[in-house]
Formats: sequence, C-alpha cells, structure tokens
Amino acid sequence: MSRRPYMRKVERSWWLQHPRYILYMIRELTSLFVGLYCALLAVGLVRLSQGHAAWDGFVAAFSGPLGVVFQLLCLVFTTYHSVTWFALTPKAMPLMVKGEPVPGGVIVGAHYVAWAAVSIAVLIGAGI
Amino acid sequence: MSETITLEVLRYLPETDSEPHFQRYTVPYKDEWVVLDALNHIKDHLDATLSYRWSCHMAVCGSCGMTINNEPKLSCHTFLRDYRGGVIRVEPLDHFPIERDLVIVMDSFMDKLSSVKPYLIPKQDKPLSSGEYLQTPGELNVFHQYTQCINCMLCYAACPQVGLNEDFVGPAALALAHRYNLDSRDGGKAARADVVASNEGIWECTFVGACSQVCPKCVDPAAAIQQTKISASVDWLKDLLTPGAHT
Amino acid sequence: MAKSNKPMLWLPFAAGGLVAALVIPVLILITGVLVPLGVLHLHYETIAAFAHHPIGKLILFGAVALPAWHAAHRLRMTAHDLGLGGGIAVKIACYGAAGVLILAAAGALIAI
Repeated sequence: MSRRPYMRKVERSWWLQHPRYILYMIRELTSLFVGLYCALLAVGLVRLSQGHAAWDGFVAAFSGPLGVVFQLLCLVFTTYHSVTWFALTPKAMPLMVKGEPVPGGVIVGAHYVAWAAVSIAVLIGAGI
Repeated sequence: MSETITLEVLRYLPETDSEPHFQRYTVPYKDEWVVLDALNHIKDHLDATLSYRWSCHMAVCGSCGMTINNEPKLSCHTFLRDYRGGVIRVEPLDHFPIERDLVIVMDSFMDKLSSVKPYLIPKQDKPLSSGEYLQTPGELNVFHQYTQCINCMLCYAACPQVGLNEDFVGPAALALAHRYNLDSRDGGKAARADVVASNEGIWECTFVGACSQVCPKCVDPAAAIQQTKISASVDWLKDLLTPGAHT
Repeated sequence: MAKSNKPMLWLPFAAGGLVAALVIPVLILITGVLVPLGVLHLHYETIAAFAHHPIGKLILFGAVALPAWHAAHRLRMTAHDLGLGGGIAVKIACYGAAGVLILAAAGALIAI
C-alpha cells in the first residue's frame, strides 16, 4: 500500500473564507488607524514645538472637512480596538480572589470604568 | 419515501486519485443522528471504500474531528437536524496532510505535543518514602480546565497561524504546557521554555481566538497562550535584569 | 528552538494596546469632533504649558509612543497574515515608521 499524503494549500484569501477570520482582520486593522492617528499627534507635537503660528495652522488643518472625516474614521476603528481589547483582557490576565476566579465581566467592566475615568479627566484637562 | 439528507464528502484514494474530489451521498434523515451516524450509514450500506476515524461516539476520545460546512467539528457532536434541508459538506481537518478520504496525517501534532514535555517535572527530587504530593482543590482549580483537552485537533484546523506556519507548536500543545506550568506539583516551566517561549511557540500566536471558539471541551487554549506570553515576558525581564540568577 | 527575545517587542506592544484603548478615542473626540465644532479650543499657551512640564512631557510621549509601537508590531504581524511576507522589509517598514513617530515626538517634546 503506497502512501501519498495530499497537502491542501492555504490560499492568500484564507481570511475571507469565514466570518470569524474577517472579524479578526477588521480587529487587526484597527491598529492601522491607531498608528495613523499617532502620526497626527506626532505632527501636532512637532508643530507645537515650532511655535504659536505653526500650532494654529495644525489645529486649522485637522479641523477642516478632510481632517474631520479622517478622524471620524479613526474614531470608529479605535473605539472598536478599545472594545475588543477590553473583551480579551480577562483571557490574558485571569484574576483569582480567595481561590475563586473573578468573573470576566468584572474585569471587563473595570476597564470600561477606567476608560470613562481617563476620558473624563482628559476632557476636563482640555477645558470642557 | 422517508426524509433524506445529502452529504458531500471529500474523497481521496492515493492509489488512484491525483487530487481530492467531492462525492455526494443521500442518507436517511433522522432527528437524533449525528454526521458520524450518516458516515457509518454510507460505509455500511452505500460505499464501503470511505475511510474516516471515530471511536467513542460521545465527544470524549477526540478521534472524529472533521471540517463540516467549513467549521471544524467532531462528527459525533454535529447533529443532522441543524443542517436539515441543506447539503452537509464533510471534509478532513484543515492544515493537515490528507492520508486518505477523511483521515489526516497527525504525526506533526503528536511531535508537537511531546515537545512541550507534557509530564510533571518535580521542583525537587523526593524519595517515595516522603509520601505523596498534596494538592488542594483550589490548586487543582487553577489548571483544571487545561486538563480537559481530548487531542481532537479542531484547534489546529481552526488556527490560521497553524495554516501559515507548519512549525507553529500550536494551541493544544501550548495549552497542555500551561496545564503543567500551572500545576502546583510541577517545577518544569524553565525546562519547557525552550519550546514554549520560542518563536515557533507562543510568539507565533496573534490571538485570533478561533482555537477556543471551536474547542469542544472549553479548554480555551487562546487564554493559555496569552497567559504564557505574560509569564514568559516576566521571566525574560527577570533574566535581563538579573542574568544567571534563575535556572 | 530557543527562548525568543520577542518579549522585547511584545511588552511595549501590550502596554501600547492598553494606552491606545484608554486614551486615543477621547483624544480623537477632542481633535476630530469637539474642536472642529467649536465646543473646545486647544489654546497654544495651555497646551505648550502642559508640554513644558516634565510630567506633561512624559504623558504626551507615552500617549504617542506606546500606541505607535503597538500599531507597528500589530501591522507587522498582520502583514504576515496577509501573505506580505515575514521578511526584513516589512519589519523595517513597520518598526521604522513607529521609530520616526517616536523620535519626532521625543524631539518636539524636548524642544518645548
């Protein structure tokens, strides 16, 4: 009896073959928008170091229609990053208190509380 | 004429076939039947040449893993009634070479399992006379879920990184290593690290999470791997800051 | 097989993921919605004063550098998933881009 094992090739489009992998790709793609917005922040810091006029120019630029559309896109994706990151945290860092596991929902909830607290602190700091 | 259902099964006979091809079978539909019952009906009454693995028929042995309608499942754990009125496509597990029909070559999986030293490595050698290891229910609770793996390989079929890199140690093996690393009786984490904390070990994983989604025993290998990433990173920092102080 | 040095890349990735999750959305809310709408104004004097303070510098640097690294590492892994190869070019592109942002941010903050 001769053996001739057949190995099926993994297609480049493997991630399109199942909704679970498409969602994974979208989740990973959120990091692109994190990176792009960091670029905006970095440019902002450079403009800040270049003085009043440069900073005002930067604010005007990102407040324009193109800047707003880009940032709204970033907001959608980075929010999805936050949601998926918090959801996965209990898997990576299970907590045991007095020999019993802390429910994942509690760990996730604590992150949402932290998210709200940080967001409010930043908004207050920015002068809301 | 009683109700029937159609199975579309991937066939591959290495003596005669140059590549796999689908073959359709019409089998009786029964509410209580699983896909394995349908396959047994095919083999008993329609086509004795069909080859597939199975044993317990109750989702504890891990033998009957297959791809059913694009989803890694145990054929004994997949009910015809969930596919009623449609066609059930049955293929071998993804990411493994096909030996014949629905039978895959699992040598790489066996090698990966043994490579993580899946046995207790005591912290110190103790003579038999010192008595048995004591373990509290709490200590068992810490690693219990990772003992539940039935080696069914559904996680390897689901994991895209297994598909993209055949050297990736993989979810089940890494979950098994975690089972021992968490065991209070064990002191072998460092001994396992060469494989577990290598580039082909935990670091190939990108937390897709498909492995945990398809696991029939709720082992949650994805969680095991992420926890090991944190543990391995802490050990790496310790080694960096105090070189040579740890074995 | 040998123990990998991946933690060197992974630890800042993990930290960056958390910082990005907690901080980036509200920053975009400010710069992308509230400032364009005129609800908030980011006055040069206020922001520059914050960036002048050493703690302010640290916070601003962390808010840019860690998420940038997170994005770089994750995009490098995703490039591999998409079949764009795990070679040196992808690594240089990803970590290099993050490096540029990190250095630019550091340079700007030092100058303020």
